[in-house]
Amino acid sequence: MELILFEIALTFYFAAALAGILELFKGTKTTSRIMLGLTVLGFAVHTANIITRYAIAGHIPISNLHEASSFFSWCIILLFFFIESRYKIGLLGSFIMPVVFILMLSSSVLPRAIKPLSPVLQSYWFGIHTVLAFTGDAAFAIAFGIGIMYLIQEHQVKSKHLGGLFQRLPSLQILDEINYRLITIGWMLLTLAIITGVIWAESAWGRYWRWDPKEVWSLITWFIYAAVLHVRLIAGWRGRRAALLSIIGFFVVLFTFFGVNLILKGLHAFV
Amino acid sequence: MKILVLGVNHKTASVDIRERLAFSGTKLDEGILGLHALHSVKEVSVLSTCNRVELYAYVDNVPGAAGEIKDFLSGLHGIARTEFENSLFVLDGPEAVRHVFRVASSLDSMVLGEPQILGQIKDAFDLSLSKKTTGVLLNKLMKKAISTAKRVRTETRIAENAVSISFAAVELAKKIFTNLAGKSVMLMGAGEMAELAARHLLNNGVTGVMVVNRTYDRGCELASEFNGRPVRFENFLQELVHADIIICSTGAPTYVLQREQMQKVMKERKQRPVFIIDISVPRNIDPEINKIDNVYLYDVDNLQDVVDTNLQGRRAEAEKAEGIIGEEVEKFGRWMSTLDSVPTIVALRQKADEVRREELEKFQNKFPDLDEAQMKAVDYLASAIVNKLIHPPTVALKDDSEDRDELIALITRLYGINGGDDE
Repeated sequence: MELILFEIALTFYFAAALAGILELFKGTKTTSRIMLGLTVLGFAVHTANIITRYAIAGHIPISNLHEASSFFSWCIILLFFFIESRYKIGLLGSFIMPVVFILMLSSSVLPRAIKPLSPVLQSYWFGIHTVLAFTGDAAFAIAFGIGIMYLIQEHQVKSKHLGGLFQRLPSLQILDEINYRLITIGWMLLTLAIITGVIWAESAWGRYWRWDPKEVWSLITWFIYAAVLHVRLIAGWRGRRAALLSIIGFFVVLFTFFGVNLILKGLHAFV
Repeated sequence: MKILVLGVNHKTASVDIRERLAFSGTKLDEGILGLHALHSVKEVSVLSTCNRVELYAYVDNVPGAAGEIKDFLSGLHGIARTEFENSLFVLDGPEAVRHVFRVASSLDSMVLGEPQILGQIKDAFDLSLSKKTTGVLLNKLMKKAISTAKRVRTETRIAENAVSISFAAVELAKKIFTNLAGKSVMLMGAGEMAELAARHLLNNGVTGVMVVNRTYDRGCELASEFNGRPVRFENFLQELVHADIIICSTGAPTYVLQREQMQKVMKERKQRPVFIIDISVPRNIDPEINKIDNVYLYDVDNLQDVVDTNLQGRRAEAEKAEGIIGEEVEKFGRWMSTLDSVPTIVALRQKADEVRREELEKFQNKFPDLDEAQMKAVDYLASAIVNKLIHPPTVALKDDSEDRDELIALITRLYGINGGDDE
């Protein structure tokens, strides 16, 4: 049952991503509505999938990489809805949905078996720590999309290439502002995720910090976004540079997310 | 009876002729009432703007009315017929309707898609309403013209995107800053285009204006005009840090702002974005400045390119608009032609009622003993028969068919009614 739900959600996201890309090249009100509609449908099915898995496993379904990637996508869309309702940037979905689809696709090829939570993970810290980390990463994912939008729009204004896409993309200032807010929020959530992780590690393994690859890469991510915020405040690195940094930052996030588990095994690598 | 459009506009006549035929001030009231008093004119409305003087009328016969109107114009404006006759255009029937719809939709405007014309049409309509020079027909025509214009506005993108340099500048500023409220602008030098751009920016929420001028007095003068603050030319670099938008239009033969200077300013501004509009020819701002992060430099050619592209876009939209207008003209034509049969329907009805009344009277005289209830029953029967009988021809007349004119003639003849005169 939950497998079918997953496939349906994946299909909806695929269609939404396609509509989003179409929207970029030939935008009309209808394509943007179709994209949003497909996303909402996919999200509803996806939510059902996650709830079903939760019911079967008895814990938040993020105990293997398949579940984690799926839950990550879910968080991104949730945050996307929030940003969209607040700022009404019609084109944001065109940049977010392809990312979501790729994440879901990666999730679909990873082993899906539901296994009981290993005893060491059975703690209330599990929920707090992971949800903080995932929503933080979701903020970075949206900042990545916004960053790309900024670069495109900035290039158009600089090069005086003012076509239809120029009209439909929002202003540079608003993109920069949203980017800044998302990174601030993401960074704060990541900070909290690391702190809770450290406390949990102490109670689970008796040591706060073990230099496990996931820990190291999370720290690197933390430093990168801290630097983004720092240079913005001190040296006024806004606009193009901030957008570039938010794009680079997201690749580090992705590596921390997948790379560490798949390439460098450690305590966080779920077996 | 036909709709007639007669007049001059920027496509047919020179400014000189347009000026002399313009209905300005008191001439408008006098003119519209005079036109309405003409024998062949039933309804009339006058549109007089700087680009066109056009009369919309509902007339008996086109050539007669056109002649009468021309004589009237000649008398009113004190200009010989021969002087303006060649610049005049005369349209009637569906082409006249199409013209009115195109004018209202701004397809006939000098600047395609400009929004003012619709307001001017509304004013003309209001005036003729208040002077009671229009009736059923022109009222409907004007209302349809306005609704068609609105349809064009919402269903095409003809009015989107700026088509003047100063508006293009405002549009760009909004894509850089979102909201212009609280932003400040530095106006360097003077000139019509620069001042217009500054004014548009102010209308869009820009609050602070700094005016830099080599002649300090002139700067003060301009500054007070914009409610701004004058800045001496020697000090403009220090003040530049406060400007979010710079409009430059000095007569300097060389660059007054170099890349290195701007880089310093950006550092001081903590990289907050700056939009620079260099309208001067030769250019006053080093083009290299555009390469600095968060600085967006547009010169007059760049802005002209924006305007040209937008105009092209509008032309493409205009084709869609022509389609919408075609539909509306056809609808209006159908409505007008249903009007043709109205007098016949009314006459037919009257004829039938007349017959019914006469026959009832005769019947009552023949049978004086009938009581009121019985008489009522007979009346009811007579009405029912009459209604049944005239229903099919009435429906046929109302129906929008090709042979309506023949039908009108036929029914008029068959029933011996006179349906030619209205009212």
